[in-house]
Amino acid sequence: MKRLGVAAAAAMAFVAPLAMAQDAHLARNLAATCANCHGTDGAARGDMKPLAGVAADKIIAMIDDYKSGNMPATIMHQISKGYTDEQIRLVAGYFAAQQPRK
Amino acid sequence: MSFESHTDLSRRRLLGAGMALGGLALAGCASTAGSGPSIGHVVVVGGGFGGSTAARYLKLWGGNIDVTLVERSASFVSCPISNLVLGGHKQMADITRGYDGLRAVGVKVVQGEVTAIDAAAKKVRMAGGGELAYDRLVLSPGIDFMLDGIGGLAAAIDSGRIAHGWKAGPQTVALRRQLEAMPDGGVFAMAIPKAPYRCPPGPYERACMVASYFKVAKPRAKVLVLDGNPEITSKKGLFEKAFKDHYAGIIEYRPNNELKAVDGNTAKLEFDDVKADVLNVIPPQRAGDLARSAGLLNMNNRWVGVNWLTMESTAAAGIHVLGDATFPAPAMPKSGHMANQHAKVAAAAIIQLLKGEAVNATPVVMNTCYSFVTARDAVHVASVHQFDATDKTFKTVPGSGGVSAAANQVEGRYALSWAHNIWADMLAL
Repeated sequence: MKRLGVAAAAAMAFVAPLAMAQDAHLARNLAATCANCHGTDGAARGDMKPLAGVAADKIIAMIDDYKSGNMPATIMHQISKGYTDEQIRLVAGYFAAQQPRK
Repeated sequence: MSFESHTDLSRRRLLGAGMALGGLALAGCASTAGSGPSIGHVVVVGGGFGGSTAARYLKLWGGNIDVTLVERSASFVSCPISNLVLGGHKQMADITRGYDGLRAVGVKVVQGEVTAIDAAAKKVRMAGGGELAYDRLVLSPGIDFMLDGIGGLAAAIDSGRIAHGWKAGPQTVALRRQLEAMPDGGVFAMAIPKAPYRCPPGPYERACMVASYFKVAKPRAKVLVLDGNPEITSKKGLFEKAFKDHYAGIIEYRPNNELKAVDGNTAKLEFDDVKADVLNVIPPQRAGDLARSAGLLNMNNRWVGVNWLTMESTAAAGIHVLGDATFPAPAMPKSGHMANQHAKVAAAAIIQLLKGEAVNATPVVMNTCYSFVTARDAVHVASVHQFDATDKTFKTVPGSGGVSAAANQVEGRYALSWAHNIWADMLAL
């Protein structure tokens, strides 16, 4: 859990103006909304894309491409638009710090 | 914004005195990770999508916390994917999972039934005697049925003649057996209640799955959909297309056909009667019995109102209610996926409340529902709900969410992967 705290803090540095009002576990909580499909802490099974251990900038770029329509998708173009850029940065930072599923 | 509980400090002082009361003496035994005193004991009632997820995430995020999950059944049977069992494309074993994963992460899993809640004394009474004391209670009671308004239905369900199949398990098996025993050339009629009900697209997926079975095994059989609603309530265009493209001449859809009574296998509607070979009734629903007996149905005498920052009931302090039993925020579906999301909001908040900390003021939940329209092709509906501090509720984000462009096999694979991932997420598999 300590490692996650560092990741969350690092990720939150991107959104310093909001940090005062933010819950310390915001990145963790937001990432947990993805777990239903992408696995607990991003350790996905089956055909879903694993997010655990994926570099934060890669996740952010992927989401940006879904939002803009540059990357074709079945569903992520619709889901990604429900999260703010700041929330995506928090989520990406959290997943980057997780261990991929063995 | 602070949502600290005024009783947390005094409660924490009392924790060392031991939490278990009565005959079961369970609470003090639950294992905790690491050292130091427990921050408290949470009893979770109901091991479905909501309750299991809450138990798992309380342990995952809570550190030294005692969690007891009380569930009637020995194993979890998933409603999502159960329509594929009706279609003959999956078996019961494919949608059944055990609770050993939760036990392995330190959840005390008790197979049993809670019969009463004493919110003032913070304890629940168990069937067969014994009590469990709690610091916070999580109720994920699912739905129970309102049978009184449909003549003959309660007796027909009790006798086993009519299977609702709207709680996965023996009901799924019973309905599948009726379908298998039905003669070719017979009629399967399904009555859908007026919204709101559990799993809005579920009845239409069921129509497709039963029709997919008939198409192969009983090519002269029909599916008659008697919908109490004025139109298909979810993924309308996609289901209409599936009915037309795959099941023309098999599925007949009738809107505004609310069931009034049943007589044998005859569905009595407002203007006519429909005789079926297999009559499947999805009854009107309300929050589960335990929520009602606890006096929590403060919304239309049917659902439980909740504080969306904590999922705490607006009718009783210290009781957090999840999933289908809740009175929903705007455009929030009653789905297993949403119950899982409720549970994570509740788990985070409960840990903070037990520690005397402020809870997250900006929670987010999202929903994805996949429905199969053939054995391999699926469609989805998705939505993202951000908390609105002004109106104190979740609201969907404009421009986000939506449905599939068309049914496709890629989403059929995603639908099954979704199931495996959410079962693993909630049951710590």
